[in-house]
Amino acid sequence: MAVAARNENYFLTTLDAAASWIRANSLWPMPFATACCGIELMATASSRFDLARFGAEVMRFSPRQCDLMIVAGRVVMKMLPVLQRIWLQMPEPKWCISMGACASSGGVFDTYAVVQGVDRFIPVDMYVPGCPPRPEQLLQAIIDLQEKIKRGGTLTGVEFERRKNPEGPPPFDPQELKRRVLRQEQIPRGRMMKVNSDGTERDRRDGP
Amino acid sequence: MTVLESLRSRLGAEAELSYSEFRDNHRVVVGARWAYAALDHLKNEIGYDMLFELTCADYLYYPDAKDRFGVVYGLLNTRTGERLLVKTWVNEPDPALQSVVPLWSGANWLEREVFDMYGVRFEGHPDLRRILMPEEFASFPLRKDYPLRGRGERHNFPVLARADG
Amino acid sequence: MPLELLDPLAGPTVDEKDYLWTLNFGPQHPATHTTLRLILTLDGETVVKAVPDIGYLHSGFEKLGEDLDFNQYVTIADRKNYISPLANEIAWHHAVEKLLGVDLTPRCKYLRTICAELMRLSDHLLCIGAVALDLGGFTAFIYGFIEREKIYDIVEHASGQRYHTSYTRVGGMQYDVGDDWIAKVRDFVKGFPKAYADITRLLNKNRIFIERTKGIGYLSKDDAINGGATGPVARASGVVRDVRKDEPYLAYKDFDFKVPCSTAGDCYARYIVRMREMEESIKIIEQAIENLPSGPLNLDFAGKATLPDKKAVYRSIEGLIQHFEIIMPNRGVPAPVEEVYAATESPNGELGYFIVSDGKHRAYRARTRPPSFIHFSLFPQLIEGHQVSDVVAVLGSLNIIAAELDR
Repeated sequence: MAVAARNENYFLTTLDAAASWIRANSLWPMPFATACCGIELMATASSRFDLARFGAEVMRFSPRQCDLMIVAGRVVMKMLPVLQRIWLQMPEPKWCISMGACASSGGVFDTYAVVQGVDRFIPVDMYVPGCPPRPEQLLQAIIDLQEKIKRGGTLTGVEFERRKNPEGPPPFDPQELKRRVLRQEQIPRGRMMKVNSDGTERDRRDGP
Repeated sequence: MTVLESLRSRLGAEAELSYSEFRDNHRVVVGARWAYAALDHLKNEIGYDMLFELTCADYLYYPDAKDRFGVVYGLLNTRTGERLLVKTWVNEPDPALQSVVPLWSGANWLEREVFDMYGVRFEGHPDLRRILMPEEFASFPLRKDYPLRGRGERHNFPVLARADG
Repeated sequence: MPLELLDPLAGPTVDEKDYLWTLNFGPQHPATHTTLRLILTLDGETVVKAVPDIGYLHSGFEKLGEDLDFNQYVTIADRKNYISPLANEIAWHHAVEKLLGVDLTPRCKYLRTICAELMRLSDHLLCIGAVALDLGGFTAFIYGFIEREKIYDIVEHASGQRYHTSYTRVGGMQYDVGDDWIAKVRDFVKGFPKAYADITRLLNKNRIFIERTKGIGYLSKDDAINGGATGPVARASGVVRDVRKDEPYLAYKDFDFKVPCSTAGDCYARYIVRMREMEESIKIIEQAIENLPSGPLNLDFAGKATLPDKKAVYRSIEGLIQHFEIIMPNRGVPAPVEEVYAATESPNGELGYFIVSDGKHRAYRARTRPPSFIHFSLFPQLIEGHQVSDVVAVLGSLNIIAAELDR
């Protein structure tokens, strides 16, 4: 994320760089661990894939004391207001990593209860694919986030104020409820469609 | 005396009882009005002291199904290790059964889940409300006429942009 | 659900006292049991009433079971009890194979038994680690996690994935294992007693641990049976039941192992039962790995359920057809129009599946009998009268996995 040219003098840009460097190397994660990715998050924090060497050992579970929210695991619609509330409780500057397929896009759970990607409702800075992602992937995400912070960070956090529009996919797309699994769409329609008694077609998978 | 004979003698012939076996499951079907009495007899007289399962299935699209909801109780006799599956049928409108919470305290949450997912009410249940879905959810998700992806409830939330935080 | 509380005092026993206050042990909290919520009514530090509020991870697993194949659903099934994934897969396919009426090859039975016992170790190590972590002993957690990393390595060697492996299939497993895997398991078995001794030395006679768990969360035998408890929770209360011994499945008949039970019924008893179960699991793995039968792993099963050998795929037309037919959605394993319940002894308790089939290649209803759900319903009676700080001890000892709780 590039910072637009501002009328800043040398002193403040160096402060910006220093502040970003400090913030990047001491990210305190707030693990919003809901499901299986939470266990991989714990595994990343334990001794084999030590997260502490990146400055992120202190997993404070209080949002007021953290600056990195790692959404690990699927978020269901009952949990989403809780997620939003915790995001709002975190003080600036803050970043969000969406860990795992379920947090990034709903994952395997394309069902009535699971939010298809938390980026529809909260702003996400880094996505980690995988189900669950290997600890090395999460470490790479933290390293990339550190790069991102160092590249564009400011002392006062102005770069966040510019992001006024929601960046994720729109929350509701009526077409998605009718969308079949990709593999099914690739099958020639003849196999999947049955003919009703009045000549119209219906999808075999919707009922007998 | 087998379980079936014992139940028949207790409930009478009109209780719509039938018995079958499949693989190593023993199954008994009983009419809805006699379900509580049958379970009471099975627990207190025959000795099936643990309820290990209480679930329901919606037979709307099932071939040759006469009733819609089949509520299944799974009973276990911890002394002999025998299992028994007791099934009752309930129908729309207003599917209702008598609650077995007085017999087994573990049935409390299991019945709440059946209510939440299917809409089958249990009379006499101390606290029948939704357990897994949010309270204000309006449908019964596991019914066959409710689509897998829902009807748009999952994305009905406000969106936070970065500057709002 | 909106974040106003349900009225916690509106229960069957309501005491209108002014000095009682409510604490929300919310869905986001440090105790490593992820998303469950407790509304505690407190009198100072003592818990007068605890109302659990669950559903914060309900993802529609059972609805997905009606949409996915028997072989596809294993990917969903193993995301339930996510600290012992292979155990869920074994339970799912145990139920499916019972429905279809197939019997496995001896090699497959032994391999699945080894995997199930490895998962039992994995689950108990994490449960004990989590209890220790919640009570402040971070070291036991790390010891547990190191051993679990070794188990992950073994599972990754066999199936390609550390975690949600989707390793079992109807009638067999996805890949066969070779001698290097067997050597790996042998090394693990040799190295485990040291880690076990470390955790034992750290916790078993630790005065702080004992004082925080002995006498806390007492579950009587009658309450356990009435509440439907199974597994280590029930065995610690004196209910002598284990599906591996009472209704043997897979290869458990061939092995010599004991089932530890206790009559104390408190958190410390549950901890001891889990520790002893780990010892027995290592014995089973040792016996199984020495006697692993050779021979085919997967069943032929009318050629419809398992992926054929790659040589057959490339060299014969039948192998090629079978390879594609298994993946295609409208060919599959023909199932009888029946319903079946089958249970296995998962590390958490009795994990059973009730499958209703209408003859298609997917289940009509795939219900999971979740041990965590049933154990969590016992929680309010266990915590009454104890302090707030005992909430985490009891919660940890029950081993509540939110994904199994909510499905």
